[in-house]
Amino acid sequence: MSTQVTLAVALRVLRQLRHDPRTIALALGVPCMLMLILQQLFGRSSPVFQQVGTPLLGLFPFVTMFLVTSITMLRERTSGTLERLMTTPLHKVDLLAGYGIAFALLAVVQVILVSALAFGLLGLEVAGPKWLVVALAVANAVLGSTLGLFVSAFAQTEFQAVQFMPAVVFPQILLCGLFVAREEMADWLRVISAFLPLTYAYDALARTADDRLDARFAFDVAVVCASIVLAVALGAATLRRRTE
Amino acid sequence: MTAPAIRIDDLRVVRGGALVLPGLSCEVAAGSVTGLLGPSGSGKSTLMRAIVGVQKVAGGSVAVLGHPAGSAALRTRVGYMTQAPSVYGDLTVRENLVFFGGVLGQPKETVERVLTDVALHEHGTRVVSSLSGGERARVSLAAALLGEPSLLVLDEPTVGLDPVLRRDLWELFHRLALQSATLLVSSHVMDEADRCDALLLLREGRLLAQATPSELRARTGERDLDAAFLRLVESGA
Repeated sequence: MSTQVTLAVALRVLRQLRHDPRTIALALGVPCMLMLILQQLFGRSSPVFQQVGTPLLGLFPFVTMFLVTSITMLRERTSGTLERLMTTPLHKVDLLAGYGIAFALLAVVQVILVSALAFGLLGLEVAGPKWLVVALAVANAVLGSTLGLFVSAFAQTEFQAVQFMPAVVFPQILLCGLFVAREEMADWLRVISAFLPLTYAYDALARTADDRLDARFAFDVAVVCASIVLAVALGAATLRRRTE
Repeated sequence: MTAPAIRIDDLRVVRGGALVLPGLSCEVAAGSVTGLLGPSGSGKSTLMRAIVGVQKVAGGSVAVLGHPAGSAALRTRVGYMTQAPSVYGDLTVRENLVFFGGVLGQPKETVERVLTDVALHEHGTRVVSSLSGGERARVSLAAALLGEPSLLVLDEPTVGLDPVLRRDLWELFHRLALQSATLLVSSHVMDEADRCDALLLLREGRLLAQATPSELRARTGERDLDAAFLRLVESGA
């Protein structure tokens, strides 16, 4: 592994983004728009907005970065650039880390913007530290990025890659406890939700909102971090120097 | 005699259930410009992929510069240009080369040098997707030249280029060979065969002949290399 190569990859991904201002505008603007709709829908002081706002804020980057990474990586696989890179000294980890750094930086900007809007103008309140919400959101972005990279190996076209979003992301959002508390779920759904990383990401955000930074919170964060490591390992396994 | 740059022994490759290379053996002399010629679908790209070590092989061996193909020691010494331009369409020409140069640990001056080599110096700030097919292919070629490789494997580098540019690139290939690089260049047009020091003629995954252009003429009694190729096919060689 080489820091120089990792940084070259990160810089290259950021440059690709810079040539695509529309993607940046969408990535930064859409979460703000959704947050505004949510607040207007339920009202500033409604318990629903206050309860759902913070977890949603922290889960946006997961969805965005999952999509952006899976498409970027799919292009890398289909355009032959990955094959070219596999003949160079670039290590798989350099590529994965470079992607992670680039999209984490985009996520930082995204989260800071939507947090400023939600905590400033829209009156969203959190009992715990606000920086922790931002930090958790960035961790979720990295998780989304690494998962997106992994599933890109199973898509041959961009149509397929886009379909992985509802297939991989929606069930996690439905089962994470946001819509129905996990204790109230059917047993088999609760069992499934225990194996989904977003369940822990959501729980960590909900606990931060209530300032319940207890042992369970630490466990949640540990599971999210372990999921990132696992997704990186799975992603690395899909990057083969030799293919058919 | 110096050791060959590439030594292939009984190479077998299966792709999509079909035997693309059913047992190929050949050598490429160090410091030569060797042409890999054959019709589309003859296995040229598959052979090149095996040489750069990105092709799964079913059997046989490929040794490159004394190492097994694809080994870590070769990754700074082999330059590879795929048939479809493998560069980022959404980056500028220079941004592409700065990235691939960074991966190879090359300074920025190298980027300017290869841009001049492929006559793209004036297009450095253009986004690759806005270039013509021939220009895009040259960006891809420039990326392969970045690491000053000992072996260059170029898959149809001159397709779609005008005759002047083609001549210039072949001159560049010979210049690189004089600087002790080995070049393996594929083409499906026989009129490029005359520009090579040695030829590997491939058809349906089998080696029809390994010879210099003049040997090929002498063996077949044909002046024209296209006719010589036909003669070889018909004689069932």
